[in-house]
Amino acid sequence: MRLSCTVNGEKREVENVWEGESLLYVLRERMGLYGSKNACEQGECGSCSVYLDGTLVCSCLVLAGQAEGCEILTVEGLAEDERLHPVQEAFVEAGAVQCGFCTPGFVVATHDLLQRNITPSEAEIREALAGNLCRCTGYEKILDAVRLAAERMAAS
Amino acid sequence: MTRAETIPTTPTRERPETPVSTPGRVGESTTRADGVPKVTGEFEYSSDLWMDGMLYGATLRSPHPHANIWSVDTSEAEAVPGIFAVLTHEDVPGRKVCGMEVPDQPVLAWERVRYQGEPIALVAADHPETARRALEKISVEYEVLDPITDAEEAMREDTPKLHLSGNLLRHIHVVHGDVDTAEADVVVEGEYEVGMQDQAFLGPESGLAVPDGRGGVDLYISTQWLHIDRDQVAESLGLEPDQVRLHLSGVGGAFGGREDLSMQIHSCLLALHTGRPVKMMYNREESFYGHVHRHPARMRYEHGATRDGKLVYIKARLVFDGGAYASSSNAVCLNAGTFACGPYDVPNALVDSYMLYTNNPPCGAMRGFGAVQVCFAHEAQMDKLAKALGMDPVELRIKNAIKPGDRFPFGQEVPPPAPVAELLERLKAMPMPEEEDITGRDLRRLPGGVSNVTHGEGVRRGVGYAVGYKNVGFSAGFDDYSTAKVTLSVEGGEPLVRVHTAAAEVGQGIVTLEAQIARTELGVNKIAVLPADTSIDSAGSTSASRQSYVTGAAVKAACEAVREKVFARVREEFGEDPDGLSIEDGNVVAEGHGIVVPLAELLDGEEIGELVKYRHKPTYPLDENGQGDAHVQFAFAAQRAIVEVDEELGLVRVVEVATTQDVGKAMNPQALEGQIEGGIAQGLGLALLEEIQVKEGRIQNASFTDYLLPTILDMPPVKMEILELADPDAPYGLKGVGEPPTIASTPAIVAALRDATGRELNRVPVKPEHIVGISGPTGQPPQPGSRGPAAERA
Repeated sequence: MRLSCTVNGEKREVENVWEGESLLYVLRERMGLYGSKNACEQGECGSCSVYLDGTLVCSCLVLAGQAEGCEILTVEGLAEDERLHPVQEAFVEAGAVQCGFCTPGFVVATHDLLQRNITPSEAEIREALAGNLCRCTGYEKILDAVRLAAERMAAS
Repeated sequence: MTRAETIPTTPTRERPETPVSTPGRVGESTTRADGVPKVTGEFEYSSDLWMDGMLYGATLRSPHPHANIWSVDTSEAEAVPGIFAVLTHEDVPGRKVCGMEVPDQPVLAWERVRYQGEPIALVAADHPETARRALEKISVEYEVLDPITDAEEAMREDTPKLHLSGNLLRHIHVVHGDVDTAEADVVVEGEYEVGMQDQAFLGPESGLAVPDGRGGVDLYISTQWLHIDRDQVAESLGLEPDQVRLHLSGVGGAFGGREDLSMQIHSCLLALHTGRPVKMMYNREESFYGHVHRHPARMRYEHGATRDGKLVYIKARLVFDGGAYASSSNAVCLNAGTFACGPYDVPNALVDSYMLYTNNPPCGAMRGFGAVQVCFAHEAQMDKLAKALGMDPVELRIKNAIKPGDRFPFGQEVPPPAPVAELLERLKAMPMPEEEDITGRDLRRLPGGVSNVTHGEGVRRGVGYAVGYKNVGFSAGFDDYSTAKVTLSVEGGEPLVRVHTAAAEVGQGIVTLEAQIARTELGVNKIAVLPADTSIDSAGSTSASRQSYVTGAAVKAACEAVREKVFARVREEFGEDPDGLSIEDGNVVAEGHGIVVPLAELLDGEEIGELVKYRHKPTYPLDENGQGDAHVQFAFAAQRAIVEVDEELGLVRVVEVATTQDVGKAMNPQALEGQIEGGIAQGLGLALLEEIQVKEGRIQNASFTDYLLPTILDMPPVKMEILELADPDAPYGLKGVGEPPTIASTPAIVAALRDATGRELNRVPVKPEHIVGISGPTGQPPQPGSRGPAAERA
């Protein structure tokens, strides 16, 4: 089948998509957008998190066909004009990145949280990020990064 | 199959350039050079590789844990449109077995399979789904055999042998003093069990093999040790080592699970067979079958002490289930045998550590490597002993803490620094978190959290302590070395240092550390750490907490060699005494005279490069009584866990983990904290959540839905105090830091659970049913409120 959608502000069209492919597969293997990751492919780890028409989703659980005509924003679309988004900047500075495989998902999920709530409490941060698994950091530095990003975004 | 006419030699997707980093010297928190590409999604992991004309590989695995194979028919699969190759063991041109320590594992099984998930055949197709469907068309005729699923059963004489060498893979026998004549006033016994934990690195096994058109192959791969992979791949392909070139791709975590081969040989076989690039990428379910796990263990202990709390003897019998193939089980068995007694001064000890082959999933390296299992047991024993003596558990540990000059039960003298007592004293002095009222508390801060199942009625608080230790680096006579090439040049008018090693960056931050060392030693700000590959000699494995030590030392030595050359040139040209020289901000500076010459001018377009191989001091194998200077360095950590437990519902919230650790030198404090926090999270997982459930040799929970990992809701705040007591033999005095946190946290958390519930809890992970007492791990359900089967003979 043919799939048309907007990805990171750009009109994209892909041919010969097999009906069983997930949005994650299409983003990665057909569009070359490898930023969204494939850690569990059953919606448990959040590493494939993207926005689908403004809603945070696990792209591994979205069939490619469901994205027809939709606007998709991936981790590759967060930085503007070569400038990191404050969430991305905070993850680097706070040491929230080790192997980095969960990072794109955490960055997108944090971006979503801070859009809704720029002054989240610790419990709110933990609840919002409970669908994202990290195996390296023990989450402490991720919490630091979210607080740092929130502070900077609230100040700007 | 015809070879593709044109074979691209590098992946077509533009590979990110080597990041050049600027700030940060040794001892300073330095952000990762690969941090920016990782947050933007540009960092290239091995599952992100893509090339024109690339095929997807897939693996047929045995559904049976134990079976004879009578025939494999691939004809139907070969006829599937879009299939380019179907391979079996007959297509392995070289050595048909592989293995890190013992080559006992078939590259592709023939005649017999010994575990569920053992690879039998491979396919390559133009779409991963086509490949998966073709696998279903391969017909294998099995004769299903009874699996041997219990290590004790495997040890019995009348049990069928899984390998020609028998089922006993290794036995370590440690005799220290004489336990038979030792007289103790107080004796405690216990039996402990550790379940099978998974490394659960997030980036699944993957790689891209690219034929070079001349019979050789390039493999872009996630691994912990390029060279041991390279040697095994070359041997099985029947190629010379230099025909097989490995390039480290982005690695999504490792924790021991990438020390053994997964798809390395398979993808190269498919690539060479089809003449096309072949990518292989496991999904999560396959990943559970695609790498080894932490060994499950059953451990029986007896501790004897004087009435005033001095250890008199320890007896331990440890039985590890190695699963179907050897992996690194030999070394795990040795580690467990040597660390079985804990970091305590014990005059008499008898330890028997057994490693068995079974038809369970193969087990091997995971963070903590044999020390994790025994630490859970020896620390539970110390608590039990403290209780029998009516002593404070921390006091008992301090009283028996090992110190420099003592001898470990395996005969080696304890080298300085070994601040076990100090770590415990400092830990005890760390402030406790304030107790929060249960009533009116945000539900997210109660055991069970947002599930809203408790309002705090049955919640009890508990505190537990543990201290753990482990060797750093490879042991027992292994030739453990690393290689570094450091090149000083001038680019764009500015001095630049290039550092090249084959050390695998798996997330821990060795690339950052290499840059910090070069910056410190050569006084140059711009450092480029080149991609790791096999064009340089081995850096050894990224495991055993060893890379900062061994590759760190190699980079430091190579920098020193470059610096010597710089100074020699200065002396030649300027007549300065090199003793008073240093390099600062890209200038050669003489003490008291200021700048002698900028490096840019001195080098005058030339480069100075030095290649250094570094070896740590030798270690020795154990003798027949388990005695020997087996290890090079020891790292210690102590931890205190505070838990809240709902006794009626079996729910747990870990409130806080506090830790003290001796790191020798905090090379990159922020990264160090990350290692400690991440290590604690994995120990918490083993304490409360993580177990691969294996029934009759079959994995029951090969997914992240059913294999539970700690989330951000499970992980408590971590408080830490870092000691920097230099090891005189190590670069900058540093100690390996990755493993001790994982070792100490499991026993500390379970001790806190025992404190809160009064239950025995002698198996990890502790499950809700153990806390509420529905089933006892030894088959005898303890009565509510009881302390379990009475084992004390006070």
